[in-house]
Amino acid sequence: MKLKLNIWRQKNREDRGEFVTYHLDDVNSHMSFLEMLDVLNQQLIEKGEQPVAFEHDCREGICGACGLVINGYPHGPEEGTTTCQLHMRHFKDGDEITIEPWRSKAFPVVKDLVVDRSSLDRLMQHGGFVSIRTGSAEDANNTLIPKEKSDLAMDAAECIGCGACVASCPNGAAMLFVSAKVSHFALLPQGQPERKRRAIQMVQAMQDEGFGACTNYRECEAVCPKRISINFIGMLNREFIKASVLSGAEKGGKYRSK
Amino acid sequence: MKLDANIPEGPIEKKWENYRDKVALVSPANKRKRKIIVVGTGLAGGSAAATLAELGYDVEAFCYQDSARRAHSIAAQGGINAAKNYQNDGDSIWRLFYDTVKGGDFRSREANVYRLAEVSNLIIDQCVAQGVPFAREYGGKLANRSFGGAQVSRTFYARGQTGQQLLLGAYSALIRQVAAGKVKMHPRTEMLDLVLVDGRARGIVTRNLETGKVRSFSADAVILATGGYGNVFYLSTNAKGSNATAIWRAYKRGAGFANPGFVQIHPTCIPKTGDYQSKLTLMSESLRNDGRIWVPKKKNDKRPANEIPESDRDYYLERRYPSFGNLVPRDVASRAAKNMCDEEHGVGLTGLGVYLDFADAIKRLGEQAVRERYGNLFEMYERITGEDPYKVPMRIYPAIHYTMGGLWVDYNLMSNIEGLFVLGEANFSDHGANRLGASALMQGLADGYFIIPYTLGRYLANIGYDDLDVSHSAFSDAEHQVTERISSLLAIKGKQTVDTFHRRLGEILWDNCGMSRTEQGLKDAIEKIAAIREEFWSDLRVPGTDRDLNQELEKAGRVADFIELADLLARDALERRESCGGHFREEFQTEEGEALRDDENFTHVAVWEYGGDGAEPVRNVEPLQFENVKLTQRSYK
Ligand SMILES: Cc1cc2nc3c(=O)[nH]c(=O)nc-3n(C[C@H](O)[C@H](O)[C@H](O)COP(=O)(O)OP(=O)(O)OC[C@H]3O[C@@H](n4cnc5c(N)ncnc54)[C@H](O)[C@@H]3O)c2cc1C
Ligand code: FES
Repeated sequence: MKLKLNIWRQKNREDRGEFVTYHLDDVNSHMSFLEMLDVLNQQLIEKGEQPVAFEHDCREGICGACGLVINGYPHGPEEGTTTCQLHMRHFKDGDEITIEPWRSKAFPVVKDLVVDRSSLDRLMQHGGFVSIRTGSAEDANNTLIPKEKSDLAMDAAECIGCGACVASCPNGAAMLFVSAKVSHFALLPQGQPERKRRAIQMVQAMQDEGFGACTNYRECEAVCPKRISINFIGMLNREFIKASVLSGAEKGGKYRSK
Repeated sequence: MKLDANIPEGPIEKKWENYRDKVALVSPANKRKRKIIVVGTGLAGGSAAATLAELGYDVEAFCYQDSARRAHSIAAQGGINAAKNYQNDGDSIWRLFYDTVKGGDFRSREANVYRLAEVSNLIIDQCVAQGVPFAREYGGKLANRSFGGAQVSRTFYARGQTGQQLLLGAYSALIRQVAAGKVKMHPRTEMLDLVLVDGRARGIVTRNLETGKVRSFSADAVILATGGYGNVFYLSTNAKGSNATAIWRAYKRGAGFANPGFVQIHPTCIPKTGDYQSKLTLMSESLRNDGRIWVPKKKNDKRPANEIPESDRDYYLERRYPSFGNLVPRDVASRAAKNMCDEEHGVGLTGLGVYLDFADAIKRLGEQAVRERYGNLFEMYERITGEDPYKVPMRIYPAIHYTMGGLWVDYNLMSNIEGLFVLGEANFSDHGANRLGASALMQGLADGYFIIPYTLGRYLANIGYDDLDVSHSAFSDAEHQVTERISSLLAIKGKQTVDTFHRRLGEILWDNCGMSRTEQGLKDAIEKIAAIREEFWSDLRVPGTDRDLNQELEKAGRVADFIELADLLARDALERRESCGGHFREEFQTEEGEALRDDENFTHVAVWEYGGDGAEPVRNVEPLQFENVKLTQRSYK
């Protein structure tokens, strides 16, 4: 098939960037979307032009490195599919395809289609872990976890950290990402000791990093390549409220005269 | 080259315990004074960096991706082994040790493997405590599945994303230390050289992949955990960025490279469809638990699978290996698939494929149960091929997957260069000539969480303190060499792209150093590789500059190293005149076509030493002693 591609080109963080149109013939329907871009890049290099920079690594839908906005949709038109797992059989001869980077305040563009997502790593530093020292664990089977709970935790834990939820959100919120992490741990016994701290700190960090607020657009759920449900956002909200309201002795266990 | 494995005294069951009891310790105050470089944030590097920082060391960690969480370990699907014996099916540390030594076709070091089996149980405890949501039974206990090369069910898993969950566990431990200020994380930073001062590893030279800035880092010890080099074949199941540069640079600085020819070909990958193909996708080995592998009995049978009656199907693994059936080790399964296709029983458009059929499993367990076990793998298959494996059998074919070879290390996981430690897939230590499924994750985490904290301490306790920093001339010299090399890649200004060379290199290796190898084929390969190398350095085209994000330049450096490594790989395969595990030399096989070892002459690790530019590399050997497991002809019949 033949395609017309409108691709965002931007030299570096400072450059303003613009769309450039390319024509590509002989696209095979078995190709993946990224293989189609590989072919374009080979042609550009052979012509003496600069290839299009885009991020990718595993090409199996699990590392979360890839992520392009394709015709307005983060990761393209197929539900539950990362860009690298999208195949050209979902397009047809003569199609015009617009390809852009994630666009969000918290993800500055580095070059062409590559963005800086280090804000997600920084969010994780605010409690996206269980504080357990290597070697101090008890036997793994000592703590029973109901299968349903563990499966639900896994539903949340499957997040690949690609940032599509942020890119799709009109407010640029990272709620789905944060809620997946908070819920994953809140559902498991191992996450209990730090449950409240985690909810409060991660929500606070989200604001500090310049992510927007959630106003229930639900776009994030629709584009999540791992189909993570916004039910977890509901869970995060409850976790946050419960954590914010201190009860009885939680306000302090020692008497101090003013 | 001095190769002392430094195996502790005592019976195998006591070696590690004795070692830990006697090993020198570093006091907390002194740990703070020690800086450690960890290159790689996969299971091995991530777990090492986190644990060392917890202990109090000052850690600088590096990865080439934009985040530590994206290391290639994330892609592991099927599971991780441990000798918990939760299934009460006869498993034990001894049995895991035995299976691993036998699975590796008696080309690994017994003491290392025993220790691996020993710490395997701690790994599961650790990961569960971190909140890794392993699969569970209704009673709330952990579930297990079986993997190839074992008759017990010892594999722990998290759906088809075990590597992801384990890596996110290690990453969370790492990020906790980043938050605590004990780890300084350098993403999008590629190590391009190792720096030695007075014969010890004292630092690295890196390039910032966004700005192009070349910068040195100094330390008291350097840990490489940079993964495998399967991408030397171009098409493999590895991530596109997986590379050999870090270990290759270390090799050129004097580190021994062990068994470079030991490469694993995974039997169940989605077959290639065209020339544009950029990678091959693995379908987890766990599928062989319930899927049955077959080909049509008739040659070139073009009927669709569901029109081929039972009587016309050959379930060749079940037929040839009745006791292990579809669960024979990877090397055996891969070779059998190749044989069937060579004899024109292959399926699919290219004839390079065999069926992996779930019809019986769906009948036996119901579609829902199959969906629960393998749902995401089936989805992935359908996304890539457009075919629904609940209805038609999957088509699979072997692909390059894992490298057992790597930098040589002793029992301390230290290479022959003092202060250079190598962990995970980047080292050679535990899997001999063939790795069993679900054992790489185990090894990476064993190395990082439970072994390096002791062995690194031992090293540091015995060396002095100095105030060496990057102003030492060894760093400026190495930086200079790195910059020169980058400039020369950009200066070639030829006509062919990096990918063109990489693809051609891959074809040479796949044809001559792949599933079966011959004396002549390997000699041809060495010649062809030399020719490619010359052409590369005279006709490569790298667009752009070295001052910004330049993905072609990154690839060019990696492929330049792959070309050199390919030569060593072929030489190693040529010199090992026997068949063992994944290394199959057509000249050496039993009457039934199984690998024929030559224990008298080859019960050793081949450790290659860099001979200088243009000079031949030198082959050294570390003899292997088998005191606990008897050397036998592997049989899975
Ligand atoms: C598709 C697939 C499925 C698998 N499934 C299983 C399974 O089910 N069970 C199992 O046991 N094993 C499995 N394996 C094997 C296993 O995943 C790997 O062997 C293991 O994860 C390797 O871990 P590692 O920490 O050694 O390296 P990696 O995870 O590959 O990490 C390498 C790290 O090094 C960094 N790096 C590399 N080069 C440089 C450089 N020059 N400079 C800076 N940083 C660098 C990278 O950024 C990365 O952080 C699978 C492998 C594949 C490919
Ligand atoms: S490249 Fe890894 S998820 Fe797409």
